[in-house]
Amino acid sequence: MVANSTDGGGAVAAEGHGGHKDPPYLAIWFVLLVLTGAEVGYAFLSLPKVWLVLGLVFMACWKATLVALYYMHLRFEPRRLWVLAASPLPLVAILILAVLTEF
Amino acid sequence: MNHSVAATSPMVIDPETERGMGVYNMKLGMWVFLLSEVMFFTSLIGSYVILRFAHPEHFPDPGVVLNVPLTAFNTFLLICSSVSMVKAFAAIQRGDQKGLKLWLLVTILIGATFVGIQVVEYNLLAHEHFVPIAAEYAPVGRGIEEGPVVGGPLYGATFYTMTGFHGAHVTIGVLCLIFVLIRAMRGAYTEANHAGVEVLGLYWHFVDLVWILLFTIVYLI
Repeated sequence: MVANSTDGGGAVAAEGHGGHKDPPYLAIWFVLLVLTGAEVGYAFLSLPKVWLVLGLVFMACWKATLVALYYMHLRFEPRRLWVLAASPLPLVAILILAVLTEF
Repeated sequence: MNHSVAATSPMVIDPETERGMGVYNMKLGMWVFLLSEVMFFTSLIGSYVILRFAHPEHFPDPGVVLNVPLTAFNTFLLICSSVSMVKAFAAIQRGDQKGLKLWLLVTILIGATFVGIQVVEYNLLAHEHFVPIAAEYAPVGRGIEEGPVVGGPLYGATFYTMTGFHGAHVTIGVLCLIFVLIRAMRGAYTEANHAGVEVLGLYWHFVDLVWILLFTIVYLI
């Protein structure tokens, strides 16, 4: 049998060999490079620290999300795997908040 | 054909292995492992952030101490290795053995270069006396005059712990990639059976993802 490791929808950009469609890997790579360049440029702007941190974290999260969704193919995986992948996030929040309360 | 099948492995899998999460066991195992890694790196990054808030006197501006342009180049390399890894996966999905070997080799070379540059970076920092327990260090050539910078041992300790563990992950990934390449040269992977490539790809992309966050938090903020 053919293992269908997904049950979710997902738009794909290019059709590869054998009817399988791949995400636009090179376009995503280009976006990642642009975001990295933007991050480095943004880091050297004379901005208040809060805006600096918010902007950099926002761009880093976008990059991480792109890698997870398209390079790790999470977008095309079953929703159940999405739940599994998101499961440590509440634990991460608890860990950070618990330590923050120390101060 | 359902479009949602796209970009996943059309592999011959025992239906028993698809129960539960709907993915084959090896991939599920890797995802569970990666989730434990999320917690591991969260503890490291969380510790760094908390210590930096609590003891700002230990943490000079990263741009003064660390070599941001060199590490930005390393970040560029790791992003390139992610795309080469995914190209290897896409190649074997099409049954393209030559493409698989080529892209795996490219990924290995880029990954090894990343580790090499990290060693060079550590060497440069050590020459400026920025070592894990250093109380003060003398960064040079990054926009300030040479001389000791007021700092504390927490900075070096957290910096080397985070980047060192990440570097170890990349090194292990490169070794695994070499193993997979050797197996690929022996014809172990086919269009119908390439779980090893996909699972190692997940690990490699995760290492890239962690570096994206580390680079921002450690080198830019």
